[in-house]
Amino acid sequence: MIPVSFDYVEATSVEHALALFAEHDDSKFLAGGHSLVPMMKLRLVSSSVLIDIGRITELSYIEDRGDHIAVGALTRHREVEGSSLLAEHLGLLAHVAGQVGDPQVRNRGTLGGSLVHGDPAADLPSAALALGASMVITGAGGTRVVPAAEFFVNFLETAVGDGELLTEIRFPKRTGDGWAYQKFNRRAMDYAIVAVAVQLGQNPGIALVNMGSTPHFASAASAALAAGSPASAVADVVVEGTEAWNDANATREYREHLARVLTIRALAQTGYTS
Amino acid sequence: MSLIGARVLRKEDPNLITGRGQFVDDITPAGTVVMAFVMSTEPHSRIVNIHSADALALPGVLAVWTAADIAELSTLGLPGLGRPLLATDVVRFVGEPVAVVVAETKYIAADAAQLVIVDYESMPAAPSITTALADGAPVLHSVLGGNTVFDQPFVDDLAADFAAAPHTASLHLVNNRCAAVPIEPNACLADWGPSGLTLWATFQAPHHLRNTVAAYFGIPQDTTRVITPDVGGGFGAKINFVPEYFLACALSRKLARPVKYTQTRSECQVLMYHGRAQEQDVDVAYDDDARLLALRVRVTQDQGAYPDPTGMGLPVLTTAMAAGCYKIPKVAISWRNVVTNTTPVAAYRGAGRPEASYLIERIVDLVADQSGIDPVEVRRRNFIPTDEFPYATHSPLAVYDSGNFAGAMTELLTLFDYDALKAEQARRRNTRDEKLIGIGFSSWLEIAAFGPPGSLEGFGHLGSWESVQIRVQPDGSAIIYTGASPHGQGTVTTFAQIAAGELGIPFDKISVRHGDTATVPQGIGTMGSRATAVGGEGVRTASVRVVERAKVIAAHILEADPADIVLEGDGFAVNGTPSHSVPWSEVAWKSFRPLEIPTDSEPGSLDITVFQQVPNFSFPSGAYCCTVEIDRGTGEIEITGMYLVDDCGTVINPLLAEGQVHGGVAQGIAQALYEGISYDENGLPQNSTLMDYLIPAATELPSYTDGRVNTPTPNNGLGAKGIGESGSVGAPPAVVNAVVDALSHLGVQHLDMPITPLAVWNVLEEAK
Ligand SMILES: Cc1cc2nc3c(=O)[nH]c(=O)nc-3n(C[C@H](O)[C@H](O)[C@H](O)COP(=O)(O)OP(=O)(O)OC[C@H]3O[C@@H](n4cnc5c(N)ncnc54)[C@H](O)[C@@H]3O)c2cc1C
Repeated sequence: MIPVSFDYVEATSVEHALALFAEHDDSKFLAGGHSLVPMMKLRLVSSSVLIDIGRITELSYIEDRGDHIAVGALTRHREVEGSSLLAEHLGLLAHVAGQVGDPQVRNRGTLGGSLVHGDPAADLPSAALALGASMVITGAGGTRVVPAAEFFVNFLETAVGDGELLTEIRFPKRTGDGWAYQKFNRRAMDYAIVAVAVQLGQNPGIALVNMGSTPHFASAASAALAAGSPASAVADVVVEGTEAWNDANATREYREHLARVLTIRALAQTGYTS
Repeated sequence: MSLIGARVLRKEDPNLITGRGQFVDDITPAGTVVMAFVMSTEPHSRIVNIHSADALALPGVLAVWTAADIAELSTLGLPGLGRPLLATDVVRFVGEPVAVVVAETKYIAADAAQLVIVDYESMPAAPSITTALADGAPVLHSVLGGNTVFDQPFVDDLAADFAAAPHTASLHLVNNRCAAVPIEPNACLADWGPSGLTLWATFQAPHHLRNTVAAYFGIPQDTTRVITPDVGGGFGAKINFVPEYFLACALSRKLARPVKYTQTRSECQVLMYHGRAQEQDVDVAYDDDARLLALRVRVTQDQGAYPDPTGMGLPVLTTAMAAGCYKIPKVAISWRNVVTNTTPVAAYRGAGRPEASYLIERIVDLVADQSGIDPVEVRRRNFIPTDEFPYATHSPLAVYDSGNFAGAMTELLTLFDYDALKAEQARRRNTRDEKLIGIGFSSWLEIAAFGPPGSLEGFGHLGSWESVQIRVQPDGSAIIYTGASPHGQGTVTTFAQIAAGELGIPFDKISVRHGDTATVPQGIGTMGSRATAVGGEGVRTASVRVVERAKVIAAHILEADPADIVLEGDGFAVNGTPSHSVPWSEVAWKSFRPLEIPTDSEPGSLDITVFQQVPNFSFPSGAYCCTVEIDRGTGEIEITGMYLVDDCGTVINPLLAEGQVHGGVAQGIAQALYEGISYDENGLPQNSTLMDYLIPAATELPSYTDGRVNTPTPNNGLGAKGIGESGSVGAPPAVVNAVVDALSHLGVQHLDMPITPLAVWNVLEEAK
């Protein structure tokens, strides 16, 4: 639990952060530190310089932009969880933020950090996928917007390139639409063994947690939802395209079973009827 | 006024909860340097080469030692099978220290440790009992020829009795390997200077460590001092002599600097000795009425890579306690100890007794299942009757002092509605997807209060007594020094409670000090649920003697006969004349003033040391019931009720007694459903962080319903038995019995711990 030694610099703005990155070799951005620092302490990751973006206040906000809500990448899980604006228009997002770890983790961890980290076992990426969010990425070359479905590229790898920052996440409003999140784990504070996020409404979406090397959008099941198929038919196709692995907690078979059971339960929770 | 039985708040807590506790890592004398291990990444390999030049060249590094640098330092543990302080030629488990680095800071030490490169030549590993005993298994210690360290065969395996029996039941049980996971990992700080050696350590038996370290280095005990400051939990895992203590001392001597070592959590998971790790073959014979006729138990204890004396004793305790609270006409026991390429195994809360209660309580449930007789009824038919104590078992170690097993079961059944729950269980089984209910019992018994003369000597201790010194201060307050060495038990509080009643000195004016060999009389330590039943009894004995002497002084002041003096109010009075009195403060003050005490008395007489002995072990017992619900969709197990009837004899402080039980039960639930150190087939540990070694937290644990019966032990004047390990002894079988009961209609007769949702789901799938 003792990291390799590193330097620490503080960024005050997006431009400053990008400039600091250009200036320092072998540097990494530090947001809430709740994924990066544990890995550094286990010496799985090291870096000569940490550029702290956690203090860039201009990247911490939840704003109503008419048809969508924009959340700054540095917004803490706790703020997402407690936002009344989100509770009204994006209940799934607020709820999922409240399912991350424990209060200590939620007070530090950021929405952007969780998404860029791209852990298939993390909760918030599934909400971003089910909700059809768009990611705003800023780098030396300017700003681009990437849909959630194209954001998670590989194990712990996202569309955010070296030296780029995720600055904002845009969520289309889902006011009044049903949603549910079913997380299965052994202990309340743990990552999911499997979880299922369901968003009903115009563009319904189902996303799965820990069913392969990246956060997973269940396209077949989402299409079945859009077509108004019965819950059991949605569940039947929910694991299509997944590549769950075996570990001490679960076999692939068991994970697939859980994904189906949790999908049925999530749909029942929303009151979904075909 | 007696405070026995009072819910007094802990004296220890204000310090701890305001962050003023002091643990080894908080102590940093000037000039302290830090040591870190280079740990084996291999389960079983020959060490070909160790490259330490880069580490040595790192600024701030003072030393890098390998086995070659400490050839003169002897091994630890069993002669011939000793554990070297640093792996010598061969590594035998992942984590085994191969080299030690000392640096100015812990950061440099960690960097330097990473720079030491070890070339290994891999050998086949035997990371389990099965692989270690297989034909052609890799041999860990060539002197053994194989991997069995000791094999105690059956004297009579009761083959004839089993052949003639109307019914039999058999189980093969795996008692899962657990890590103690104290909140404070292992830590020590050695300062070896011209005036002697001081070793701060997070340890449960400071004098034992002092005497051992002094003998190890051939230095006198008077200049060797061990201090165990606040200790953040031990659970038995902090009574083992591990290399760090001796290396820190040797390095401090060599470098002339204080040397500190503090484990990280992941290091602790593989270095601190594990517990349990036992396999058991159990058979019982019974008649048509489910009366037990014979029990046969063969235990195989995994010792890890280096057998530890305590580890070697585990199966002895398990087999001694194997018959539990049942009257079984014939009992046959046998055990063997096996080395494997894993972390060594030694004591962990309960040490051998949870394994015993587990085997007997599991097989009694199997008898109930096979015979169709209710598990409560099977137990009742076989309990040792209350009027048969002391009860001699098959083992000379276990002569049960007292107990009321049927009474505990009766009390347990008042805590919840068993019949209603059984009816609901039956109803749910007939639904398609409502949660399944399971009800599991455990009538457990354990051996505590270590111990009678000779009992701890076998584990290398100086004696089995405990020391207590009471020194009345000139102002009438008192300080108790004890060789008991608490690390969370609340001994500072309970000892003051016991003393307050006997001495007539207010609880608030009694301090209890421990954990420093320079100030505390030679003591033994805290383990084996002994502190109250042995040390607490010592407090009572010493208090009585102090009062006897104080009465002489009071009599002198009051011009009365000592025989007429009684404790009264805030001091002493002449019996029958309460107004003719003298306060404790005056008696105490005058006790130091030669001109104010009888001419044949000496000043300072109110200072008594006792080395308290007890004639026998005590045998705490109880009856637990666990109720569970199982989600048929996911296999998730939820504990819905945990009903706990304990019999620890006299309760000194119910708050602390409940705390001990609740903590032990939490660890028992953890063993049953969550915890289990595992190795893959190559010997690589699979869960050495707390991300993957699952310790349940408050959110996973039920709230407990407590009940109590009270059968005082005749072995001490207090009547107190010991309670520190009860919960971890009683809980695992109750939980497993509940889960098995929930699934019994599917033909399930046993599931090994930890029972995970995955395991339950597999059962549910198979049943489809
Ligand atoms: C005990 C514990 C329990 C947890 N439990 C859960 C759980 O149940 N579910 C769950 O989903 N998560 C859990 N987490 C993870 C937690 O949610 C993390 O906070 C989150 O995954 C990462 O966010 P962060 O702000 O801490 O990112 P950091 O750790 O600071 O950064 C993570 C990575 O993302 C990069 N990065 C961060 N922000 C940006 C950005 N804006 N632009 C570009 N790159 C960026 C960093 O360089 C780094 O590589 C847990 C963490 C802990 C310590």
